[in-house]
Amino acid sequence: MAAWLAGSSSKLAHSAARRLAGDLRRRGPDPWLLSSSTMPARGQLAGDLRGFCSVRRFAGDSTAATAAEESENEFAGGDLQQVVDFPGGKLSFVGEMNFVPESQRERIKCYRVLDDDGGIIYSSRFQEVGKELALKMYSNMVTLQIMDTIFYEAQRQGRISFYITSNGEEAINIASAAALSADDIVLPQYREPGVLLWRGFTPQEFANQLFGNKMDYGKGRQMPIHYGSNRLNYFTISSPIATQLPQAVGAAYSLKMDKKDACAITYFGDGGTSEGDFHAALNFAAVKEAPMIFFCRNNGWAISTPTTEQFRSDGIVTRGQAYGIRSIRVDGNDTLAVYSAVHTAREMAIAEGRPILIEAMTYRVGHHSTSDDSTKYRPADEIEHWRTARDPISRYRKWVQGNGWWCDAEETELRNSVRQEILQAVQAAERIPKHGLAELFTDVYDQVPSNLHEQQRSLLDIIKKHPSDYPTEVNS
Amino acid sequence: MAAASSLHVAAPAATPRVGSVAHKSASSAARSVRVARSGAVARSGGRLVACAAVATKADAPATDAASKSEGHEVLLFEALREGLMEEMEADPTVCVFGEDVGHYGGSYKVTKGLADKYGDLRVLDTPIAENSFTGMGVGAGMKGLRPVVEGMNMGFLLLAYNQISNNCGMLHYTSGGQFKIPLVIRGPGGVGRQLGAEHSQRLESYFQSIPGLQMVACSTPYNAKGLMKAAIRSENPVVLFEHVLLYNLKEKIPDEEYVCCLEEAEMVRPGEHVTILTYSRMRYHVMQAAKTLVNKGYDPEVIDIRSLKPFDLHTIGNSIKKTHRVLIVEECMRTGGIGASLRSAIIDNFWDYLDAPIMCLSSQDVPTPYAATLEDATVVQPAQIVAAVEQICQ
Repeated sequence: MAAWLAGSSSKLAHSAARRLAGDLRRRGPDPWLLSSSTMPARGQLAGDLRGFCSVRRFAGDSTAATAAEESENEFAGGDLQQVVDFPGGKLSFVGEMNFVPESQRERIKCYRVLDDDGGIIYSSRFQEVGKELALKMYSNMVTLQIMDTIFYEAQRQGRISFYITSNGEEAINIASAAALSADDIVLPQYREPGVLLWRGFTPQEFANQLFGNKMDYGKGRQMPIHYGSNRLNYFTISSPIATQLPQAVGAAYSLKMDKKDACAITYFGDGGTSEGDFHAALNFAAVKEAPMIFFCRNNGWAISTPTTEQFRSDGIVTRGQAYGIRSIRVDGNDTLAVYSAVHTAREMAIAEGRPILIEAMTYRVGHHSTSDDSTKYRPADEIEHWRTARDPISRYRKWVQGNGWWCDAEETELRNSVRQEILQAVQAAERIPKHGLAELFTDVYDQVPSNLHEQQRSLLDIIKKHPSDYPTEVNS
Repeated sequence: MAAASSLHVAAPAATPRVGSVAHKSASSAARSVRVARSGAVARSGGRLVACAAVATKADAPATDAASKSEGHEVLLFEALREGLMEEMEADPTVCVFGEDVGHYGGSYKVTKGLADKYGDLRVLDTPIAENSFTGMGVGAGMKGLRPVVEGMNMGFLLLAYNQISNNCGMLHYTSGGQFKIPLVIRGPGGVGRQLGAEHSQRLESYFQSIPGLQMVACSTPYNAKGLMKAAIRSENPVVLFEHVLLYNLKEKIPDEEYVCCLEEAEMVRPGEHVTILTYSRMRYHVMQAAKTLVNKGYDPEVIDIRSLKPFDLHTIGNSIKKTHRVLIVEECMRTGGIGASLRSAIIDNFWDYLDAPIMCLSSQDVPTPYAATLEDATVVQPAQIVAAVEQICQ
């Protein structure tokens, strides 16, 4: 590290070395040295915001540079300048070409609370969860799992055209939702129905959207799983990947304007991070100091593309720092870890007015969607392993049962009643009629304009003339 | 048709603003807005709109001739700013996003002074990512704000096409009406003076298919201010097309508050022999040609269509029923331009009234070249317009 000093006069070298040593004590490890940046997973938000976490500040940090400047003035001969200024601030410079390596020696560590047997890892710090909340989370996770099973089956039976499961990501869905408030604005990708479930969307409401019937809040306009609820602060899902990320910045911006005690949260997968919108949204959020959470579900697969072919970085968490965003990697299959991380991130985002990036490691147990057969591109035993041995629900259940809060009898009863409720919802939704043609033309604009009235008249006219060519229910 | 006597219109029947801000209906009711009636009834569906003021036979730009006060002279970019400022003053949910719109004042100075007045949060300088700040506008709109998104040049908004088409235009529909997106997307477009192909785009061609969008093009300081205000107040996403070469047009506009109708065309010069439909900068080429045509004994009726989506088929139809001959003059490329769609709409609706095939003068299907002589050759010139009218009226 002090190699560059070789060849300089020894007196100056000593002074410089002392200054550097002082700097290091102040600043932490040399920016050019390899080290992993770990975030202490603590729940407290100490008053000292800058010293809260070991976020490394590069030499461009103005306080470190000012300190350097001050000690610089102590030099007798002033010709050994170590600081240069450019737009953006002062920089220390070195005579060595030290390329920042493409990856850290060590991958960024993952925050975890529960071990595989449902026991608390002894050194873990986490947000305490009482019995009521714990059970609510558990029963929602079970509901989500059963909902996925039954709706998936319904698609296989031809009763709905399409479905996307969240198998394996129940902890992410429910625990993250549980850590949010009702005022927090959710902008999902499409594998987060659990967040909506947590907020009170009923199985019947889910089923109505899947069948696109008259009771669907989307009025039958979107394909299945494209839920949306303004009432529950859950943005209507839109298929293109990552478009919700910049929109989340806008939603956070509106919260900031209204000075609300709430944040925006947006979910996306590992694949979505390759989109241009990911890059720009993170940059925007950091620059605009948007109170929001970027939640990445790194489940290993983007349809058939594994993460090894999606990016070369150490996952997503490393990218946060590139934009100046505080980030954490968390075990996404660990209910308590996800809960704690989101809880803390939310506090930071709102109190400090900044974005937080969470990368939740998990595995996509199901196929990408009902239009996919993932056994074509990954081994069946890998899927089976994650479906059973690494199931987030059974892992969490062990902890809940270990606390004496749950038992097998209650499990059976819960599963039975949820199953019944969802089956009934499907049957009911199937019977509710679809919208008439009037709804084809409404909501394109706030009021139906004349050209659409015209097109509607023309369509009804054709149907009247050729009724046998059109379904009978369509006449309204 | 001279401007009729003005009416005072009382409380706007605007739909309440979504969001935490109290609706300003009380104060809005107190503001009376001058309305100059044109021949057509305002098709406002209950919203506060002023019909397009109607010009006299002279080719002066449209103004409210019955205006009691003197009015004040502005340049077109100042008129846009006035409109924007009035809306920002009246409604705290109106905000501006764009590159260099803040303290720099915008590359065409439309937002000059706004950041000083309304702060850095309401007039937001964004990093260079059109898809992102448009997306940000969509998200903010869905939560009750009324963002005005500025593209530094319309051509750059091609980067925002995904957000504009897949989300902005669609989300009101796909959410079943739960979320609305009252966005205004605006910026300079059209062929300028040797700005090169990428800075000479006519985005109205590309956007016109998107369901859920409205598109208007301003052409005078009067309609620029009026359309800006109407676009902001609209509950639908509106794209407001400005033209790079029209920002310094000067005109006297009323001191009193007024709003133009988004869906209405503007009668520029009534006539009997031929209906010339045009918009934006081409209006001025047409009016120049009209001088020559009048000298040659022709009486063209010139309509600035202003509303590019939807077309004001009422005004256009009335004109065709009178003249039976149509010439469309546009700056879009031949293929897939506004002219192509307008022609098609006229044929669908007014075929029986036509005595001659519809002529359409457009730019060629080439990227706009840099060299001045070449560039001029791609834009429809008055001489072509004169020749076309002579041909149609044979």
